[in-house]
Amino acid sequence: MSDAPAIRVEGLRIERADGVAIVDGVSFAVAPGEVLGIVGESGSGKTTTALALLGHAGRGLRIAAGTVEAGGQRVTGDRALRGRVISYVPQDPGSALDPTLRVGSALEHMLRAHRPERLTPAAIAAALEGASLPADATFRRRYPHQLSGGQQQRCAIAVALVCEPPVMILDEPTTGLDVVTQARILDEIDRLRRERGVAMVYVSHDLGVVARIADRVAVMYAGRIVEEGPTAAVLQRPRHAYTRGLVASIPDHGAPRRLRGMAGVGAAPGESPDGCAFVPRCPLAVPACSASVPPLAEVEPGRRSACLRAAEVPAPDVAEARAIAPTGGASLLVVDDLVARHGATTVVHGISFAIGRGECVALVGESGSGKTTTARAIAGLHEPAAGRITLDGDDLAGRARRRTPAQRRRIQIVFQNPTDALHPRQRVIDQVARPARVLRGLDGRAARAEATRLMELVRLSDRLYERFPRELSGGERQRVGIARALAAGPDLVICDEITSALDVSVQASVLELLVELQGALDVALLLITHDLGVVASVADRVLVLEAGQIREEGRVDKVLEMPEHPYTRRLLDAAPSLSAAVAGSG
Amino acid sequence: MRALRFARTPTGAIGLGILALILLVALAGPLFAPHSPTKSIGIPGTGPSADAVLGTDFLGRDVFSRLLWGGRSVLGLAGLATVIAYLAGGIVGLVAGYARNVLDGLLMRFVDVLLAFPPLLVLLVVIAGAGTSLPVLVVSVALVQFPGIARLVRSLTLEASGRGYVEAAVIRGESTAAILRREIIPSIAGPLSADLGLRMTFSILLIAGANFLSLGLQPPAADWALMIAENRDFLELNPWAVAVPAALIAALTIGLSFTGDAIARMLGRSDVKGLR
Repeated sequence: MSDAPAIRVEGLRIERADGVAIVDGVSFAVAPGEVLGIVGESGSGKTTTALALLGHAGRGLRIAAGTVEAGGQRVTGDRALRGRVISYVPQDPGSALDPTLRVGSALEHMLRAHRPERLTPAAIAAALEGASLPADATFRRRYPHQLSGGQQQRCAIAVALVCEPPVMILDEPTTGLDVVTQARILDEIDRLRRERGVAMVYVSHDLGVVARIADRVAVMYAGRIVEEGPTAAVLQRPRHAYTRGLVASIPDHGAPRRLRGMAGVGAAPGESPDGCAFVPRCPLAVPACSASVPPLAEVEPGRRSACLRAAEVPAPDVAEARAIAPTGGASLLVVDDLVARHGATTVVHGISFAIGRGECVALVGESGSGKTTTARAIAGLHEPAAGRITLDGDDLAGRARRRTPAQRRRIQIVFQNPTDALHPRQRVIDQVARPARVLRGLDGRAARAEATRLMELVRLSDRLYERFPRELSGGERQRVGIARALAAGPDLVICDEITSALDVSVQASVLELLVELQGALDVALLLITHDLGVVASVADRVLVLEAGQIREEGRVDKVLEMPEHPYTRRLLDAAPSLSAAVAGSG
Repeated sequence: MRALRFARTPTGAIGLGILALILLVALAGPLFAPHSPTKSIGIPGTGPSADAVLGTDFLGRDVFSRLLWGGRSVLGLAGLATVIAYLAGGIVGLVAGYARNVLDGLLMRFVDVLLAFPPLLVLLVVIAGAGTSLPVLVVSVALVQFPGIARLVRSLTLEASGRGYVEAAVIRGESTAAILRREIIPSIAGPLSADLGLRMTFSILLIAGANFLSLGLQPPAADWALMIAENRDFLELNPWAVAVPAALIAALTIGLSFTGDAIARMLGRSDVKGLR
């Protein structure tokens, strides 16, 4: 694969209207049949870079410098090369596919625009088969809304494939799909590059996914590539402090360990124009790091790093095992034969389980498995159709309103979306103080003092107390959500996918905090999640939910290492895992 | 003040400027009126002169003085009607949107029936039945406005009540009244304030329309819409008597829509998707 690269990027710089660079100094090359993964957290410039490879700058942006060459031709803003030489698979196929075009017509349009000479039924059939979709007439006459999420994504891949371009850009193509579908799409992409020798740039925030698909990986931070090299080598032995932090943040069901979050939040573009943007969060920073932007230089054959202390970056301590609490203590909450419906549809089919005092139980399942409905029923937000929920042996009413004040105090919930979870027009401290006032009967002053104590406990900076939620980052808002739940003095906190909207480095620090608080405050946690890595890093016991029924239950290490139910095995096989990917390729 | 940020946009500044000017004319105008608004001062239908800067109307009354007096009624009646409509529509919308049960269905079907009638028809039918008087006019304009407001408040309430902060309050066991007052009303107040401008515009047009058709205020009262109606047959004698009140009503509605638009834009599209 050492022949001429299929795509080469040199010195790419993309600016906002005010001259601040969103992407700067990005250079890389991808050979035919090779997959380059571009990894970064939100705001790192990865999607902007991906679009620039098509010669397109987003709204309000312009490509200020640099060249992109694909298939031996210079890519410019015009559309001549798009689709023919370089094609794009978008993040959300549900909104990227034209809802008024049938599958067949969408492919025809693409061919007519870019390769009219190839517009034959055979070419369309070949593209559909290439994406593992049925090529028959019935399927070609379907509209996007008649397809499943996975089929829509395959369809977007078929559209990208139909002109047989030598280069494909994939922008988070599996985000939003469940893990099983994600695994199938990844296999598909892998097959395409092997069989057709397509060069691919795969953009993702998910290091686990990139580890599985990419030969080489480029890590982006604040608009620059900070490290680049062969995937396995980069993940095992990072040569940039940011990469190391990122690897340590990723929960991995293949290698359960304590998570280590990174301090601070991701840098905004243009924040540190004169030095390395990672300095404020970097444990290795020295004064020289802030003096000038470190160049991306070769640190060993085939590997580049923009870290002045590349040689001193320690390996991520993946060996640090975590303690798993023994299970089987006195039961705090017992769910007995719970049935829940949404209208006429039954989503939870008579499930039973118990949560012990101070225990951390994870409820795992794909979307639609009924896990959130179960959580809401326990919290008193969704009236069960049948079954009992008892707290310390006392029956709980279906609605929170009809429970006793003491019962309401003891069960609290932290919501999935940190933006919706907090009142936009109330100060943070007042929102945390409210449960202490209402449920613990503290007067205004005492409640505020308690709120202050809790916000210290969740490590919120004291300058944020009097702010409004919109002035906080996602991770900070979620900490406020946790503090608000704790202000009631609960015995059980339900965490409903509380980190799914956060970047991995922030997710790790929130999970780290949760584990610490659970130990210190002796509260039980019910963790609702689809992410087995999160389960492995935090939970003591796990319940696997599928189609409203519990398929498997047990200690977390036992279930993840020796799953008994086929569904659990399927989930585990499909879930991306850094350690497995590294072991597989190394 | 954050709430007045919209005034920094060109649309907001222009809208607010026009509104302030017209409010000033309507409220403080009578203090500066050179003549009585109802007494004849000269020959009917003469053009501008030193004594009557905008001339006289069809009965020889001073047009300028009548203009200064004539803004109160439109603004006052339209404002009152809008406030009544907002109170009724707000309560119905909040209850329906928060209850999400049979009550929601009943209230909304009732609202839908009202929505089915054209506004002017409602106005004419009510006034024909209850007689021509100011309270009847105000109530019938409120009745026209009520269903749209109820629908909007309901959809905003429905959306807000699914948010985490409202559910957290439900889990705390707070009373429905406290949840509506503390959690829901403050979070939907922004989009509603943008809507208020648009509703007020429509109320003004309805009131002015009713006055023009002499279904509201009766002569010899000074009122911008009434002035247009009274003087339209004498347009060629003194066009100012029609043009200036018409321009003032137009400016008032333009100022209100600009202001409403600027507020809506400040709040962002996501917040106001329930608005028209």
